Amino acid sequence: MSIRTEPVTINLGPQHPSTHGVFRLRVTFDGETVVDVDPVFGYMHRGTEKLAETRSYVQIVTLTDRLDWVSSMSNNLAYVRAVEALCEIEVPQRAQFLRVIAAELQRIASHLMATGFLVNDMGAFATPLMYCFRERERILDLFEILCGARITLSYMRPGGVFQDAPKAFWDNLDALMKEMPIYIDELESLVTTNEIVLARSKNVGVLTAEQSINGSLSGPMLRASSVDWDIRKSNPYEIYDKLNFEVPIGKNGDVFDRYLVRIKEMRESLKIIGQCVDMISEGPVRADVPYNIRPPAGDIYSSIEAPKGELGFYLVSDQSISPYRCKIRSPSFMNLSLLREMLVGWKMSDLIVILGSVDFVMGEVDR
Amino acid sequence: MYGLGLLKGLIVTMKNLISPGRMFTIHQYPDRKISPLGLSKLEGKNVISWGINNPVKFLKSLLGLISVPDKIAQSPRFRGQEFTWYEQRCTGCASCAKYCPLGIIKIVTSPSGKAVPEGQKYAIDVFDIDIGRCMFCGLCVEACPYDALHMGSGFEEGTYQRKDLVINVDRLKSAPKKPSTWFRPQLEELGYDPDSGDEITWDQIGRHERPSLSDQEDKWVKR
Amino acid sequence: MMCEQAEGLVNFCRIYKIYEFILPSWLSSFTYFFSAITLALTVINILIISTALYTWFERRTLARFQSRLGPNRWGPFGILQPIADVIKAITKEDTVPESADKVVFNMAPILLIITTLLVIIVIPLGPNSFMGSLNIGIIFIIGITSMNTISIFMGGWASRNKYAMFGAMRSVAMLITYEIPMGIAIVGILLLSNSLALSDIVLSQTIPFFIIQPIGFFVFFAASIAEISRTPFDQIEAESELGSGFHTEYSGIKFAIITLAEFMAPIISAIVITTLYLGGFKGPSILPAEFWFSIKVFGVIFFMLWIRATWPRLRIDQIMNFAWKPLFGLGLFNLFSIAIEVFVFQDKVTGFISTSHYWIMAGINWVFAILLFFGITQIIGNKNKEKIKHSYKTNMIS
Repeated sequence: MSIRTEPVTINLGPQHPSTHGVFRLRVTFDGETVVDVDPVFGYMHRGTEKLAETRSYVQIVTLTDRLDWVSSMSNNLAYVRAVEALCEIEVPQRAQFLRVIAAELQRIASHLMATGFLVNDMGAFATPLMYCFRERERILDLFEILCGARITLSYMRPGGVFQDAPKAFWDNLDALMKEMPIYIDELESLVTTNEIVLARSKNVGVLTAEQSINGSLSGPMLRASSVDWDIRKSNPYEIYDKLNFEVPIGKNGDVFDRYLVRIKEMRESLKIIGQCVDMISEGPVRADVPYNIRPPAGDIYSSIEAPKGELGFYLVSDQSISPYRCKIRSPSFMNLSLLREMLVGWKMSDLIVILGSVDFVMGEVDR
Repeated sequence: MYGLGLLKGLIVTMKNLISPGRMFTIHQYPDRKISPLGLSKLEGKNVISWGINNPVKFLKSLLGLISVPDKIAQSPRFRGQEFTWYEQRCTGCASCAKYCPLGIIKIVTSPSGKAVPEGQKYAIDVFDIDIGRCMFCGLCVEACPYDALHMGSGFEEGTYQRKDLVINVDRLKSAPKKPSTWFRPQLEELGYDPDSGDEITWDQIGRHERPSLSDQEDKWVKR
Repeated sequence: MMCEQAEGLVNFCRIYKIYEFILPSWLSSFTYFFSAITLALTVINILIISTALYTWFERRTLARFQSRLGPNRWGPFGILQPIADVIKAITKEDTVPESADKVVFNMAPILLIITTLLVIIVIPLGPNSFMGSLNIGIIFIIGITSMNTISIFMGGWASRNKYAMFGAMRSVAMLITYEIPMGIAIVGILLLSNSLALSDIVLSQTIPFFIIQPIGFFVFFAASIAEISRTPFDQIEAESELGSGFHTEYSGIKFAIITLAEFMAPIISAIVITTLYLGGFKGPSILPAEFWFSIKVFGVIFFMLWIRATWPRLRIDQIMNFAWKPLFGLGLFNLFSIAIEVFVFQDKVTGFISTSHYWIMAGINWVFAILLFFGITQIIGNKNKEKIKHSYKTNMIS
């Protein structure tokens, strides 16, 4: 005798505790197993790209803050680099160092948040999440000292950064650099060797190297699938070619590897910040750029390695004060492109964990 | 060995439970409950001698009935909600309104004919900043050619109605002059800290050194 | 009515005697009724109040584990927070989904709280303090706790909500599965105590049973955590997956009742563990037996809380695997080893085992436990390394 079963379709989201925003998944389950996935985007479409066409080049910096709100610094950096490339602006050395320090701090903050939410999705009752937030809070405090805001920073400007860092920033940065490795060690001893975490994340949501290249993934997602691709190394921008750091690579491309890559990247970021603090020299922090920039006609694509992957800005200028077109290549959106390959065949609990391991932010997906 | 990781996790959480140094730096704005230990420390005394002298207070704080004000120590660069505006410096050029990405600043001016030391100036009839839509990017401050508008450092602008969030010219005039040092980091080196209640007058805020009296005479009287 | 033992804090005979003294003669036929009602109300209210205090304790401790503060505003150290919670829950609108099965929907929380409360009847809180001394107490507990499953499934099914249904189906699968290792672990106790009555089980623990049968204790502890659906087995209301599982659609007072039952479950389960394995109310006689009992219960509760604060949850198939493979096997092993040891060491006439023989059994079982622990962890550890993704034939559904 066989029992008659029916697949059941569930709307996971747009309001769901684990979809990290207003992301909707139409999932078809056979029992607990995922049979089909149909992602629905657009609940958070704010028209950033269109808005950029009516803003002046400096005003767009405030829009980029709101793309991926857990890594505003990296968004700012990606945008101002595109404008600088378009206008061929020479950026002072000290400004470049400051920008790299800020971006790497932001990378640590973003990865802390990704890790915390990943373990929270596995069901740890918010404890690793709160530990991660405790550490992230210190970085946000640093940003407040640096530029007066914690999340929507608007710190960088075409041609440099807005203000030089005050003395209190360097003192607090030194303290953070000393304590952060201890924090990461503690987080690792709580999570990395935990057998339940291993059982939930090893060999779950595997993407092969070929698949992830074909899906144009980037960032920790790609590197976890053992593809050595980091724009900081392969196409060094700012001062990354002067710095000595490693790019962590995963083995299997599963959830655990993505987690591990992020943990290792945090350690590498600390190394980078340490080198920057040693190498930074006095000087101006902002090139002489007019408040209203009118770039020469032309177009440019410039990308950086944001915490979540390759963040690129494609700007078209028609010599007016605002860009003719501003296309954003956002890593969160691209990383979600292989959702079906990752999810189909796994249980409902795995679905949540895999979604958590992608580490997407809806503000960036819908733009 | 298998199972060791689970035990390691338990040890980590227990360490966080028993060591107070691993807490968040928590500020329970606007006030927090205080223990006898903290209360005696506030008064600069030993717990035991303080407890013997004030047994009622000791007992009350032990029961958690005494609270003291608590506020986050904020950076002087903190971009707050209350805008600081110097009417002596403002000429009514409306650069701030033009450069605001959201267009939330509304300025209506009329010719005043009043002569001021540098240049002509408009009388400002309306200066509305709708902080309900403001995102505190500070581009208006950056755009101001006369350093008249600055980000404030307060954050207690909560109201019951959205229309109360519009800061008009009277409120701007009467607001405490506590600008954020985000646009003028030079003020930090002078020891200015808006958190401690310092105020900055209009002639200290400018981006140039204040001219000495002889310089002004050279410029204005002897020409 | 025979009333010889009138000591103990919670004792029917004591209350009966007081009522005999107080009540006028024309009411004397109701003495039994009045004393029963008094006893029941006292115990249930004490349990509910201690649950309310436990919610505060759990939130505070969990917050400190997570290096937060927890509720600390309302009353000294926030101890009045449960009152605020209850007031809030009661004043909320009580919504019922339009397509829900209303009778079943409303009945589920009541059934849940009843089954949770009923367990306390047979628990001996002290040598002479209990509500009723059933001579089949342990079977009563097993039966009553299985009823939980039905009420959870009723709530989930009647809600007409897919998330609730998921939670309910998981609960049925999981709770029924974990009854089995639990039952097998309990049989190990019965072999030692020679009785189904809980007071006899406690009295026969000259040394606590968890020392004698560590494997049985582990099996029972894991199974009871699963029965109350706590981390790492909290798939029933996996809040990061299902919202809140079977009680997604509940609000207002019904939600409060479900929460009450949910928070009472750890207390009840800790009470059962204490009675069966930790020597119940036994302790140095400088303090009353009820005190020792609550200290042990508190310790068990704290350990559960500690686990909840630390570990993530397992997947549903891993939970089922854990029940059927390691726990079931360990339970059987424990049962057989205890049976053989009892056969060897038992006094053939009286059927009791002396304390020195208990210690010998404890030694043998601990050796077994450590060997098994190493062996099984080694096997699981190696298997985990080689596990690969199972291939699942996907039928695309249009």
